Amino acid sequence: MSDMSMHAVAHAAPTSFIRKYVFSLDHKIIGLQYYALALVAVVTGMVLSWIMRVHLVWPNAPIPGLGALAKVGAPGGVVTPEYYLQLLTMHGTLMVFFVLTNAPFAAFGNYFLPIQIGAEDMAFPRFNMMSFWTTFLAFCILISAFFVGDGPPLSGWTGYAPLSAVGKDAGPGQAIGQSLWGISIFVFCIASLLGSLNFIATTLDLRTKGMTLSRMPIVTWAWFITSCIALLAFAVLMPACLLLILDRVAGTSFFIPAGLNVADHIQPHQGGSPLLWQHLFWFFGHPEVYIAILPAIGIVSHILICNMRKDMLSHRVIIYCMMAIGFLSYMVWGHHMFLSGMNPFSALVFSFPTLMITIPATIMTLIWLGSLYGSNLRINSASLFCLGFISMFVSGGVSGFFLAQPSIDIYLHATYFVVGHFHMVMGVAAIMGVFAGTYFWFPKMTGRMMNETLGRWHFFLTLIGTYAIFMPFHYLGLAGNVRRYSAFQDDFLIPLMPVHKFITYAALFTGAAQLIFIANLVYSRFKGPQASANPWECTSLEWSTPSSPPPFDNFGGQHPVVHHDPYQYGVKSSTGDYVMQTSPEQVGAAL
Amino acid sequence: MGGKIFAVLIVIIALASAVPIIRHTFLGASVTPPEDISTHGKAIDEQLSVTMMEAGISFLVAQLVLGLFVWQFANRKGGATKRFPGGATAMVIVAFLFVGAEVLALGLAGSKAWGAVYFKPAAPDALQVQAQAGQFAFYFRYPGPDGKFGQIHPDKIDEGNSNFFGLDPENDIPARDDITSGELVVPVGKEINLMMHAKDVGHSFYVRELRIQQDFVPGLDLAVHFTATKVGKYEIVCTQLCGLGHYNMKSYLTVMSQEDFEKWLKSQSS
Amino acid sequence: MRTSNPCIAVAILILFPALMFAGTVSGKVTYTGTPVKQKPISMAKEPSCEKQHSTPITTETIVTGANSTLENVVVYISAGADDASAPPQAVTFTQKGCQYIPHVIALHTGQELHVVNGDQTSHNIHPMAKTNPEWNKSQPPGAPPIVQKFDNSEFISVKCQIHPWMHGWFAVLKTNHYSITGDGGAFTLPNLPPGKYTVTAWHEDYGTQTQDVTISGNETKSIDFSFKAKAY
Repeated sequence: MSDMSMHAVAHAAPTSFIRKYVFSLDHKIIGLQYYALALVAVVTGMVLSWIMRVHLVWPNAPIPGLGALAKVGAPGGVVTPEYYLQLLTMHGTLMVFFVLTNAPFAAFGNYFLPIQIGAEDMAFPRFNMMSFWTTFLAFCILISAFFVGDGPPLSGWTGYAPLSAVGKDAGPGQAIGQSLWGISIFVFCIASLLGSLNFIATTLDLRTKGMTLSRMPIVTWAWFITSCIALLAFAVLMPACLLLILDRVAGTSFFIPAGLNVADHIQPHQGGSPLLWQHLFWFFGHPEVYIAILPAIGIVSHILICNMRKDMLSHRVIIYCMMAIGFLSYMVWGHHMFLSGMNPFSALVFSFPTLMITIPATIMTLIWLGSLYGSNLRINSASLFCLGFISMFVSGGVSGFFLAQPSIDIYLHATYFVVGHFHMVMGVAAIMGVFAGTYFWFPKMTGRMMNETLGRWHFFLTLIGTYAIFMPFHYLGLAGNVRRYSAFQDDFLIPLMPVHKFITYAALFTGAAQLIFIANLVYSRFKGPQASANPWECTSLEWSTPSSPPPFDNFGGQHPVVHHDPYQYGVKSSTGDYVMQTSPEQVGAAL
Repeated sequence: MGGKIFAVLIVIIALASAVPIIRHTFLGASVTPPEDISTHGKAIDEQLSVTMMEAGISFLVAQLVLGLFVWQFANRKGGATKRFPGGATAMVIVAFLFVGAEVLALGLAGSKAWGAVYFKPAAPDALQVQAQAGQFAFYFRYPGPDGKFGQIHPDKIDEGNSNFFGLDPENDIPARDDITSGELVVPVGKEINLMMHAKDVGHSFYVRELRIQQDFVPGLDLAVHFTATKVGKYEIVCTQLCGLGHYNMKSYLTVMSQEDFEKWLKSQSS
Repeated sequence: MRTSNPCIAVAILILFPALMFAGTVSGKVTYTGTPVKQKPISMAKEPSCEKQHSTPITTETIVTGANSTLENVVVYISAGADDASAPPQAVTFTQKGCQYIPHVIALHTGQELHVVNGDQTSHNIHPMAKTNPEWNKSQPPGAPPIVQKFDNSEFISVKCQIHPWMHGWFAVLKTNHYSITGDGGAFTLPNLPPGKYTVTAWHEDYGTQTQDVTISGNETKSIDFSFKAKAY
């Protein structure tokens, strides 16, 4: 039984459909909106990657349906060199911003952070609503690039200048498409900053009675630390995008030096530095990859603890590691620029903290593994994805070890080794965290259970499939396969075609496996078996809400009082082997 | 059941991933760096090998332990939960000591390999060659018998007329004997100082066998130096996304004997 | 067989003067001095094209023939003839062996241009137009011809974005009376009704020259153009 006290509600319950489901102030609905947007973005991004993979191994074959959708980019269904790069740019932009920043952080964070600290909503519900709709606006601006001018930009999600800055002379998509990209990201930054402010203010100010910072679950901490990182990172990306747009439309020269002859057009700019863009971008870009992974680390740790029926060896140490990673993330951006022409001494300076990040990452991994020891891990779809996360995090992290060293980066930079590294450690691992969170929190968000058999099939096919796709990327990189190539014509690369074919088949296979998840999600939402209030028997506050989904103010007009640390598992109690945070009962002897 | 399947699967995946690294081939293709033909590459290759061994062992151990622990401790029938000896403190200490030492060692050793490429200046008698990267080809320029490079004029570039560098031989005397080539031809065993100029956007110079990679940055005068130790023809590819023709932007490094190189230079001058 | 004799007779009577009295301007284009040597083109980056040429081809800025004749000169009626309309058939420009074939084409404003890719590699044709809209289009191997039109008369330098050495010209003219000199430097402009005409000869490097000519009846007027070679 949880102890409750009475407080006034933050905002009145919505009545109209628009207020309930469209322009909602309710953090839970906003969280679901972010999730839905991320779902649309990930499906789009995945389809783009299929087109890219198919084009790489069958370059002259027309892709069914594409000719009608992309008359300029793929006449007759055959992808042109520029269209491949345009797809690549949009794939990266969609995935990094609209999937990996949205799903583990904005979606689940919005839904569960207030509940986990016992609040009725975020500190600023109106800002919260604006954050989502601003993100949605950014998404629309980005997607519009497909339909205007000669299509989206082709400069990659990294948008290096001067290619991105000089305008249409640099190639197709570099006119209005690139400008739309810059505006979209600028708008996205506004949304992210608002969201981060909200998370920080909420975490610091709205914790309920008894919820000290040290009693917050590990995933709440993860969202909090991520918002701190995001606040500083997006604050740098925003002006960088503005400067880029100014170079493109206002004749400024932040990133464009004098004397450039682009396709026989002398550029009128002078005095700018392409390296300035890289510094600004990666100062954001490196923390961004930790923004993508830290929430997943939190989610996975949180879910594993509940399923292991015991706390991690020390969940506090994991929190300290997340803080250390957040802090170090601001010191390593130059490892993306070892060969960029910056002072070679800087390379060593950046390499050192990059290698040092291995330490907190290793501590976390050792704690996960050591915590599994002697546990009684319940296997279900959510916990399986957590285990998959650990495996992927290790695999992807280990390849980072190579890239952190400038001397090795001389050979591996800009090869598929890098692409394999970040897809594994950031892309797949974070997505596994999102899947884990979905299977775990679905009962609380909908009141129904997802189908466990389908969940397991989804997991095993995805685990095999993603390893089959991305492990060979490392082999390709070691062979010297350059990245961002729309075709492989060199004597060097032609022998590697069998590897590329294997990867393409694996990618299509893995993509198909995701249909199981979509089907499960949709079916279970409407027809899944009813879930009890706390089906996983977890201790944190989201499981103490009076209903699933929780009422609009989360706790039905009452405020919970917290009595315990977040992970009282494996102890004798009236409920079995756990004591909920809000339970006034004493924690019994260890079981 | 699911736990045991996971455990077996993760062991299979880990071992299967290691096989191509050990055998250097995957699906019939060679997946290892090509033969090193540079004077500085040995240190890089050693660094790569050591890292591969350490990373490989860490990878295998972690995945096997993950599989083992899941096999042992998933869905067990009762039994008190045990605690890993040492707890979190042991993990922190192990991580700091073990990883910290490894990282320091690699970092220090690696900085020597890095320094050999970037901190050592080019020899004063190195052969000076200029490379220009522009959408979507590399062109190289030798100073010719007068030993001087003519001035580059971006507005005079006329690719259809093979004036890739924008030279003005009519008014600029040192430009008259400059030799422009679509391939980088160098004598074996001689240090080359490659001065790198970007015509339009960012590009990069990558020769795998030379263990050299360096970005061309518009507005920056960069240079990279190397000595090729083996006669042959090696690909130069662009590795910095530069536009639609990026995939097609390549040239060849042709390493010849000193004698052949001089004959080649003479034939270009005529 | 009975033909409509009267109609044909009337037609012939009306057209007879035009048919009978249609003159021709013809001649030769030559150069004086020593033209710059053409430079060999390195196609190293595109082996599939490189191996199509047993010896490396050279730039085609100045193509000369025996007796100091000059090729690739576009000779056309720049004044005196009415503008006429674009013929229905298209003009073809081919990419083969990483070269533009032919090096120079002429077409009427509004006439269809077909760009064909006959190579195993993608090309990206970029006509560097100044008064017409500037565009560039990729063409993977086996893609259908690119079909475009130009509305303004202009001499457009054409390059390939992917293969920088590829170079050609589109002479977009307001007239159908044009002739491009080939080997031997000869040009001929037939079917000119009597009248005063300005004949312009354009060479991509040596510039433009004009001459006035008057046609009466069905004579063949002979005019020659001579360009001065440049040292650089």
